Amino acid sequence: MAEIIQILLSDSFWAASLRIATPLIFGVLGALICEKSGVLNLGIEGIFVAGAMSGWMAVWLGAGLWGGVIVAGLAGAFFGLIHAILTVPLGLSQHVSGLGVTLFATSVSYFFYRTALPDVSSPPRIEPFRPLEIPILSDLPFVGPVFFQQTALTWLALFMVGLVWYIMNRTGLGVAIKAVGDNPNSVDAQGLSVYGLRIGAIVVGSALMALGGAFLTMSAFDAFFFGMVNGRGWICIALVIFASWKPGKALFGALLFGAFDALQVRMQTEVGAKVPTQVFLAAPYVLSIVALVIAARRAEYPRALLTPWFKGQR
Amino acid sequence: MTSPPVLHLNGLTKTFGSVQAAQSISLELFKGEVLALLGENGAGKTTLMNMLFGHYMPDSGTIDIFDTSGTAKPLQLGNPQAAIAAGIGMVHQHFTLAENLDALDNIMLGSERFFDFRRNKTKAMQKVQKIMDDSGLAAPMNIPVGKLTVGERQRVEILKALYQDVKILVLDEPTAVLTPQEADKLFENITTMTKNGLSVIFISHKLREVLAFSNRIAVLRHGRKVGEISSKEANERKIARLMVGEETEISSRKKMKSGEAVLELDNLTISGSSKRESISNVNLIVKKHEILGIAGISGNGQTVLANAISGLLKPSSGKIKLESEILISNDPSNIIQAGVGRIPEDRHKDGIVGQMTVAENMILEDLSNKRIQSRGLLNREAIIQHCEDLSVKYDVRGPGANASARLLSGGNIQKLILARVFEAAPKLILANQPTRGLDMGAAADVANRLLEARQRGSGVILISEDLDEILSLSDRIMVIYDGELKAVETHDRETIGLMMAGEAA
Repeated sequence: MAEIIQILLSDSFWAASLRIATPLIFGVLGALICEKSGVLNLGIEGIFVAGAMSGWMAVWLGAGLWGGVIVAGLAGAFFGLIHAILTVPLGLSQHVSGLGVTLFATSVSYFFYRTALPDVSSPPRIEPFRPLEIPILSDLPFVGPVFFQQTALTWLALFMVGLVWYIMNRTGLGVAIKAVGDNPNSVDAQGLSVYGLRIGAIVVGSALMALGGAFLTMSAFDAFFFGMVNGRGWICIALVIFASWKPGKALFGALLFGAFDALQVRMQTEVGAKVPTQVFLAAPYVLSIVALVIAARRAEYPRALLTPWFKGQR
Repeated sequence: MTSPPVLHLNGLTKTFGSVQAAQSISLELFKGEVLALLGENGAGKTTLMNMLFGHYMPDSGTIDIFDTSGTAKPLQLGNPQAAIAAGIGMVHQHFTLAENLDALDNIMLGSERFFDFRRNKTKAMQKVQKIMDDSGLAAPMNIPVGKLTVGERQRVEILKALYQDVKILVLDEPTAVLTPQEADKLFENITTMTKNGLSVIFISHKLREVLAFSNRIAVLRHGRKVGEISSKEANERKIARLMVGEETEISSRKKMKSGEAVLELDNLTISGSSKRESISNVNLIVKKHEILGIAGISGNGQTVLANAISGLLKPSSGKIKLESEILISNDPSNIIQAGVGRIPEDRHKDGIVGQMTVAENMILEDLSNKRIQSRGLLNREAIIQHCEDLSVKYDVRGPGANASARLLSGGNIQKLILARVFEAAPKLILANQPTRGLDMGAAADVANRLLEARQRGSGVILISEDLDEILSLSDRIMVIYDGELKAVETHDRETIGLMMAGEAA
């Protein structure tokens, strides 16, 4: 018990929580935008891989770090567009299409990796994002390391939480996205395009998901590895429900998961000898499931989620 | 008509599969007039209006809009945005409201820019408030539409159209959910607005309204325009004959001695989370051979009462007795087995399972019937046969026993429910708004079936907002207001109307 308190009081634990949460924040915001418009995007896991791979490779090929971020975003938007075309105008099963996109995006990413680097056993490193040092603030005790030694992508993720919240709750666009996810006919009757709104939401949401992947190869690590996304996309799908489709709660959920994960790593070193490591590795997921079960009972799903809409048919 | 034309439909035709929904329909609309569009369900009224509003692309035909100088401009077809820009507003029969947004957001949807830094809700509210003051249509603007009553949602729909500064307003059965007083008020306001230059097309089944408030009446049947008359020269009989081709009449109610009590509610109280989800100290008795009419504006506890009787809600206190046996297990399936037949308020949502076939929906409440199953295995052929027999008997028309039930029209869905309920020969029939949104033919059919059930010895609870229906069918009448049920001594329109509005009679 004393060990846990020790961990909770350390600044490195909180800094790690925020770092681990960053890709999840991007992912859960992306999933939130898609689902608010009424489309589930299970392509998220593959889009993470595509973002991680393409961003890193762009930098390795000579693009700047921000150039890599843009490439990752575009890659996400591309796979999002595939999902959008299949599920919105064609009205195919969102589950099937999403899983298809995940398989496709993952394979295409591996394919490009192997084509570009046929014989390497360990991938080339890039110079990743460095923590943003802010004079004075970074040197503050506790607060300094937790907040002011994060990289620019973490700050971008936090900014996105505010931006998505603002768009969803304070702009006409947000109102239209929420409406199309509740009753597409309401949007159609007012002369707005159901397809346009949904496709746009999926493309933008997918681009955000890809940034989550890019964070992994360009900030958390400095290279691309197979299997590095490791279910983070799926976690985001669960976190959206946990957050009942609210950006603020999404941030909280991502941080909670990040904290569980940071805690388990530290617990391993403390009591690892007595308890098998698998227990710790599973802990964040188990706790997520528990949190989800509690939260999901009250969740109010967007009414039109998973329901395709066709023009001229009501 | 001396006023200039505003709209011209020329030979609009639309085919869905093998169904000719509209065949070369032409119509003219003049400035400041109210044109009533009449016809049975499936006559093509809604199809025609959906073409006007750009929801459907016509197979052939054109639409001309006249500007203020009187020159005709063709309207771009199949494009709702173009229709809105041309000043056409439509209030749909099925609500097109996002339930997670409040009414004001629904009204503003589509008429504001996407990326304004600050949405000007105050200004929009002022405009809505002015429209509300002018038209008398009031609805709460700042709570999610999902929490509003059906009547309130209808008003939001109308406000939404008015907010767009329309020159031509299409109302698809606007009064189906309004009280008689509210409907009169609405038409009064429409009259005021037409004086200011608005042109209105309204679709209705209520002949009384049509005759009283329209200038001209166009009648559709089987996708064709079969007649057009000035309202002054029309009478109910004449129009009805045009609409259905023959006359339908509700068989008159024969005097009948009521038997012993079928259902008794004893001080039934349900405390819901809000006032409109509660009823308090409800006492009522329904006897054999009797129709008890419950009048009231929607949202006054009818749904709660109906759900309590059908076992969907647990009473906080009080007793429900069916043939003097107290119903303890509040389990809908037990209650159906005990002999309660339900005709639910929202027939699309609670009456059928839209994705299942017509045949499957017919047997939903009677799965243990030996006719259709043995040892737990369903006999498909018997189910289809059963469905075909009942479809003939109850005149359910549609694409067949194996088609999804959601493809049926509203009237036919109701007939399907009637078939299911009446075949079980229930002791008590709970009919909640059974004719809402139905055309004359189908509504008369429902009324006749209820009278038939009364004849056979069932007790019937008829919950309705349609006062004419209550008055013509009921043996006894009660009024529900604010969760309280009161008996009505004298059956006259004025008294009941006042009680529905909460004014003591």
